[in-house]
Amino acid sequence: MDKTKGLMEILRHKRVAAVIRFGGLFGLALAVFAMVLLVFGQNPFRAYADIFRATLGSSHGFSEVLVKMIPLVLTALAVAIPSRIWLINVGGEGQLFIGALFATWGAVNFTHLPAWLMLPWICFLGFLGGGLWASISGFMRAKGWASETISTLLMNYVAILLVSFFVFGPWKDPESANYPQSAPFPDAAILPSLLDSRIHLGALIAIAGLLLFYFVMTRTRWGLEMRAMGINQEAARRNGVSTNRYILLLMFIGGGMAGLAGMGEVSAIHGQLRPSLSPGLGYMGFLISWITMGSPLGIVAAAFLISIITAGGDILQMTHRIPAAAIHILMALVLFVVLARSTGKKGGK
Amino acid sequence: MKINPAPLLSFRGITKSFPAVLANDHIDLDIYGGEIHALLGENGAGKSTLMKILYGFYQADGGSILVNGQPVQIRSPHDARGQRIGMVFQDFILIPALTVAENIALFLSDLPFILDNDAIVSRIENISERYSLQVKPEAPVWQLSVGERQKVELLKLLLADARILILDEPTRSLAPHEVIGLFQVLANLRRDGYAVVVITHKMKEVLECADRITVMRRGKIASTLLGAEATENTLVSLMFGKAVAESPQRRGESPPEEGIPFLELKGVSTQPEGTGIGLKEINLTVRPGEIVGVAGVSGNGQRELGDVVLSIEKCARGTKYLGGQDATRWSVAQVRNSGTAFIPEDPLGMAAFPWLSVQENMAMSDVSRYARHGGLSMDWEAVRTDLQASLKRLGFQIPPFYVPLGILSGGNIQRMILAREMAHNPRLIIAFYPTRGLDVQSAVAAREVLLASRDAGAAILLISEDLEELFSLSDRLAVMLRGEIVATSAPRDITVQEIGYLMTGSKGEGAERG
Repeated sequence: MDKTKGLMEILRHKRVAAVIRFGGLFGLALAVFAMVLLVFGQNPFRAYADIFRATLGSSHGFSEVLVKMIPLVLTALAVAIPSRIWLINVGGEGQLFIGALFATWGAVNFTHLPAWLMLPWICFLGFLGGGLWASISGFMRAKGWASETISTLLMNYVAILLVSFFVFGPWKDPESANYPQSAPFPDAAILPSLLDSRIHLGALIAIAGLLLFYFVMTRTRWGLEMRAMGINQEAARRNGVSTNRYILLLMFIGGGMAGLAGMGEVSAIHGQLRPSLSPGLGYMGFLISWITMGSPLGIVAAAFLISIITAGGDILQMTHRIPAAAIHILMALVLFVVLARSTGKKGGK
Repeated sequence: MKINPAPLLSFRGITKSFPAVLANDHIDLDIYGGEIHALLGENGAGKSTLMKILYGFYQADGGSILVNGQPVQIRSPHDARGQRIGMVFQDFILIPALTVAENIALFLSDLPFILDNDAIVSRIENISERYSLQVKPEAPVWQLSVGERQKVELLKLLLADARILILDEPTRSLAPHEVIGLFQVLANLRRDGYAVVVITHKMKEVLECADRITVMRRGKIASTLLGAEATENTLVSLMFGKAVAESPQRRGESPPEEGIPFLELKGVSTQPEGTGIGLKEINLTVRPGEIVGVAGVSGNGQRELGDVVLSIEKCARGTKYLGGQDATRWSVAQVRNSGTAFIPEDPLGMAAFPWLSVQENMAMSDVSRYARHGGLSMDWEAVRTDLQASLKRLGFQIPPFYVPLGILSGGNIQRMILAREMAHNPRLIIAFYPTRGLDVQSAVAAREVLLASRDAGAAILLISEDLEELFSLSDRLAVMLRGEIVATSAPRDITVQEIGYLMTGSKGEGAERG
């Protein structure tokens, strides 16, 4: 009697209830996707077991998940940072491309630099490229000329075409048999890998970015001013917070984060600039940031989940001959679950 | 006056608690048809909470509501309207671009698919005639004055067939003669058996218009008494349970010291923005140790005047001096750091951050003062010390500092902002309606703060609609109308009536003064 009562009490406890609900909905998403797999004529249990083995079940698979997480965390930060003052940065993708473009310029034109100088140099360039690209939208927003939501989105296409222009044109590697790609990065410009895996230095940059973001928002005067602006811009202005400066600064820093993601991808993963640099990493980061409301731990968790799912897509394609795009069905189902969690909970802005 | 034997509306044991506050503690209250019932109480006494429960914004923790003796469930404003309960909010919910008739039609539940504009107009005219609520149905709402908009809100409820009308602080932004008109309307409604509930803390008006008065104190009903039997003294002692400090006396007739004005505006004009109004050739000086009162019906440029001083709005023409320096192009931060305090008309909208904690709100007025290590950390100890000292000096209660400011009551938020702005002995205070929304005791305290600051040498620009307040505090008075200062005068050289006429731009006997 007492036992069941105690259990009921635990169930009624809000957090426990939320976890159970989340788990249940997640299970439901997996069950629905299992039916999709059945339609494809696959055994869903085997498919899920394969996905598990290839991601969480082995140290190699796990490290690959972490590799996928690195750019996602950075592009999520690119959205989360400006979102503290309700700036909506949809331009992570473009900022990533420009960051990669700047980093490539630094890497292939300063080949003589030693690694200890080269790495900070391309990090700086990657950050600067993404930051400047986002600042264009920030500037137009601060001036009241154009909404940053629209301009960042449109600038994505410009950025991607700009990269294409360089790799098809002036920067095309003459030794690459007509492939649209830049000259390969010198060894000094390849981000060193960690733990004997493909996890690269970008992981540390992403972690540092998250910690710094958390620290600045919660401890510093700038965090206080930004949180204040996020709650009541009018009152912040009347208290002497210079709101336009923050708009410019946060767009620059946010863009810089996406730029670092681009730098990491081009240096550690591709080793040279290609137009196929990113499979929508910037947009995925946007999604991660908004479903987690920009919470640093939430970003890590969501990036982890999404990395597993995308890795699962590759597995399905390779071992079960299902088009990798099918995994988007599972992704959508999971996103429904995550979004369902937050209904009716959020108060005012 | 006839009171029907059965109450139209009854509260039975209504209880509602918020974190750390018991807002309503077993409230029993009957409202009858054909009465004007005033709900009086200091801020945080629980009157707004009670009415929000009635209107379905909050759910009571316990107790029941009976309409015509039948218990009812009210879960949303929609349910409340279904029970023929209507509410006029402090901030009207009208759509400025639509006409009066369209605004009213939007509110009607029996709106047909194809609008019969003439039918609505004739219904409006019928009712407005009966209750002297005359407004032109074809006029777009943005053209109407505050008083007229209030009439539209009332018409909306009447056409939607409400029998119980709740008015939240209905006289807040009305000019004196508009208040008289409103009371006439309420008396007409009473005659036809409507139940009218007026939430207020203006004692004088309560005594003027209410049949019965219920005084709330700390979430409980202190007493309900007949309007005819109540006096100001009994009401005050019911509201506070103890004697209240007298309103501060204004300083003798000693004129403010001559000297360099701390604030000087020379021929300042601004561009109108949005629905705002542009300032036209404003000349105004405020000297240290002087309170300059600005009277005017809201929306005649007072907000813009304050904004220009704060540098929120730019001067299109003219110059602004602060402490003798040309401050025309200063940033808001520069103005604030030069010792300018700002007490806003709407603290939640203009000064406070509801989701930040009380102490974080405190720090926001002067972030650089509390920033340490170049901004890497904040000295919260100093923030708390300053806030505590300031609250003590003002005689306000000290709330928990870690809770979000937004959970405090409206009056307490106003008090926190006042304490914040007064914490650093400002040299210039821009006060917008500093006592609006404060209960009698806190209003007295706030006025004393202004007087004490003035005696300590602060220059004070006081913007208010409370003429009594302006007359009792100001050393000089200026009247604003349509973005211009139409008159300035010492309070002893002008009467309340003259100011009232100048404010509303009506001819009256108020002569133009230099």
